[in-house]
Amino acid sequence: MTARSTAWKTYNFRIIGLSLLYAGFLLPVVYGFKHHLIPGALQYVAAVLPALPIVGFFVAMGRYLVEEPDEYVRMLRVREMLWAMGFTLSCATVWGFLDSFGLVGHADGYWIVILWYFGQGIGAVANKLTLGTSAC
Amino acid sequence: MENRLRLLRAQRNWSQQDLAGRLEVSRQSVNAIETGKYDPSLPLAFRIAELFELPIEEIFVSPSRRSSGAI
Repeated sequence: MTARSTAWKTYNFRIIGLSLLYAGFLLPVVYGFKHHLIPGALQYVAAVLPALPIVGFFVAMGRYLVEEPDEYVRMLRVREMLWAMGFTLSCATVWGFLDSFGLVGHADGYWIVILWYFGQGIGAVANKLTLGTSAC
Repeated sequence: MENRLRLLRAQRNWSQQDLAGRLEVSRQSVNAIETGKYDPSLPLAFRIAELFELPIEEIFVSPSRRSSGAI
C-alpha cells in the first residue's frame, strides 16, 4: 500500500467529476444572467447551482477521510486540513475587519474555497518541516 | 514512542516496504513509527505485535515506565 491509496484515487476521481460539473453549471448560468434569460425566483436556483459541486468538494474530503485505510496518511491529511481551516478562518476574519472599517474592497465569498486549498498546501509544507514527510 | 520495530524488522531482513505490505499500511507509516514520529493506534499496534508474535510491551516502550527509569 502506498500513500496514494485507492481512497486517494477515488477522491481525485470525485474532484475531477465535480470540477466538470462545476464548469457545466457555471458557464450556462453566467451566460443566462448576462443575457437576462433567467426569470424571477429561478435566479436563486441558478445562482446556487455552481456552488453545489463546490460543496461536493467538502463532502469528497470527508468521504476520503472515512475511506483512507492508512491511519498515518489520514493523520497527515487531517493536519493539512487543520492548517487550511486555521489559515482560511484567519484570512476571513482579518479581511472582514479591514472590510468593516472600509480599508479594503468587499471580497466574494467563493474566495474561501481557494484560500482553503492554499491552506492545505501550507499544511503539507508544515508536515514536511515538522514530520519530515507529507501526504502529497 | 520509542520502539524496537526497526530491530525486529532487520532481524527478519525485511525492508520497510516489506513490513508495510504485511501490515497493509504505507511505507511512510512504518518509517514514522520506527523513528518515533508517530504512535500507532491500538489496533495497528496489535497487528504489529501479532505479526512479530510478541507482546506489545516487548515492541513499544511505555513512555511512563521509560521516564521513571523502569526500563
